[in-house]
Amino acid sequence: MRFFPLIWSSLFRRKVRTLFTLLSIVIAFVLFNYLAAVRVAFSMGVDVAGNDRLMLIHKVSFIQLLPESYQAQILSVDGVKAVTHSTWFGGVYQDPRNFFGQFAVEPEGYLNMYPEFLLPDDAKERWYRNRTGAVVGRSLADRFDWTVGDRIPLQGTIWRTQDGDTWEFTIEGIYDGVEQGTDTTQFLFHYDYLAEANSLGRSFVGWYMIRIDDPNRAVAIGDAIDERFANSPFETATSTEQAFVQAFASQIGDIGTMMTAIMVAVLFTILLVSANTMGQSVRERTSELAVLKTLGFTNRGVLSLVLVESVLLAVVGGTIGMGLSWLVIQQGDPTGGLLPAFFVPPRDLVIGAGLILFLGMASGIVPGVQAVRLRIVDALRRT
Amino acid sequence: MSDTPASLVQVRNLHKVFRRGSERIDVLQGVNLDLAQGEYLSLMGPSGSGKTTLLNLIGGLDAPSDGSVTVSGDRIDKMSGGKLSRWRSRHIGFVFQLYNLLPVLTAERNVDLPLLLSPLSRAQRKKHVATALAMVGLSDRAKHYPRQLSGGQEQRVGIARAIVTDPTLLLCDEPTGDLDRKSGDEILDLLQTLNEEHGKTIIMVTHDARAAERASRTLYLDKGTLVTEGADA
Repeated sequence: MRFFPLIWSSLFRRKVRTLFTLLSIVIAFVLFNYLAAVRVAFSMGVDVAGNDRLMLIHKVSFIQLLPESYQAQILSVDGVKAVTHSTWFGGVYQDPRNFFGQFAVEPEGYLNMYPEFLLPDDAKERWYRNRTGAVVGRSLADRFDWTVGDRIPLQGTIWRTQDGDTWEFTIEGIYDGVEQGTDTTQFLFHYDYLAEANSLGRSFVGWYMIRIDDPNRAVAIGDAIDERFANSPFETATSTEQAFVQAFASQIGDIGTMMTAIMVAVLFTILLVSANTMGQSVRERTSELAVLKTLGFTNRGVLSLVLVESVLLAVVGGTIGMGLSWLVIQQGDPTGGLLPAFFVPPRDLVIGAGLILFLGMASGIVPGVQAVRLRIVDALRRT
Repeated sequence: MSDTPASLVQVRNLHKVFRRGSERIDVLQGVNLDLAQGEYLSLMGPSGSGKTTLLNLIGGLDAPSDGSVTVSGDRIDKMSGGKLSRWRSRHIGFVFQLYNLLPVLTAERNVDLPLLLSPLSRAQRKKHVATALAMVGLSDRAKHYPRQLSGGQEQRVGIARAIVTDPTLLLCDEPTGDLDRKSGDEILDLLQTLNEEHGKTIIMVTHDARAAERASRTLYLDKGTLVTEGADA
């Protein structure tokens, strides 16, 4: 601490230059955090997807429907413990821009399949009993300021009722996620309501979720299921939930790689900017560093001063950047529903902290070594 | 040249050679020198005679090509690296022609710099700094930055920085070289006071004969050799 005033004063020797460098570091780490959140959002829960769950979809396309009758046949396959299904509803709430995912599900089977959705017991009971009841995730409820008991009208765009296209639901519960990455933007309602009220009639579902007894046999079980429906009008493609989510996310490109590439480019640029600032700062202080050595500062001491100075610059800038972006990210999904899992995981925060230290050390090491190599008599002669 | 134990500084057969490409420059050629505790020595000579080089070698800022330098019983020509730096912080106070204060630090923080390397507490350091600034008559300028001080005041801060650790030896390289006559005289008065009243041992390099007269002894260097010894003041 006794050297802090010296380091701090040296850092702000050229205030404008230091402030601009600081600003560039701030922006770099705002971007780092924000892009990390975007990457997580696009991987959409790949990390939290269950490894004992399989997803079964139509072999042709995710949007093709499957017979409801498949459920019993899937359940009879060796290794399958439970099966439930989900169907995309695609309704509009007030305005098409108010997008969020709406799924017709088997309430009890769905909640058993996804224990990461936490719903109070009384809410479960109310939902099970009410055919037009729905449960919504906490983020979604907060977004539209919904509470239990609210009546929610959705305009059907795919599914129409026999009377028209407006579907009425009553919110019976609000679920929370067991962890930060859990999707709490969903709107879930009874498949029975959809099946009985729609103009097409009952018999088709969107996809199946399958719980298996041994994750190590996931591929074999999936193959066995697909084989059962081979050469039928509704052939299937079964994969692990993780693989499914990954494939879904990669439909719009390898977001993870793109985000990482951008982050590396940004941080490398900032490394050059910061190293240049430190280099200039040390070059300008040649005689001052020589004076410090004359007074008895050792080479190691001078190196430490330069390194601490550059690490301090990176820590101040990086912390402000990470803090600012954290405040923004805390506001939630910036798209209003397209990126439900929008947050920075602790792992990326740790990586960010590591990068701050790396940036500080890397930008200070060359000027620091120059300061060490400085010969006192030569430097003083130049003054 | 006596070799008595009372000598604070003993320089024996000191050589310093610089090389510029294939050219060999013998800056010091077998210099011998003794300096007693409490002495005030001025070193004179033309430019390039080796005065500053000799001062740097006695202060441990540079290594001799040959010969020995002993200060307060320590063979500093045998020291290197961190050991020499630590020795310097304990035994040597430097005063530069261009003051060499850190512009980003106030006067008191500049004076505090050498004490940062000592084990003193913050309160103790503060006391030492206040004493040093009082000795040079700048207590009321403690919070001023170098740019807010005159040249003479800057040099006095430089002297306060040099004496704050109570060093064994004060080395001054043309301390009045950048000052007007009046400010120069004030600095010379101050150095004389430090020598006479506080017993500081001083070696001063100067071009100015008037400045040299303040010292108790004057030596002349020419082409790397001590040629004459002046009369006692």
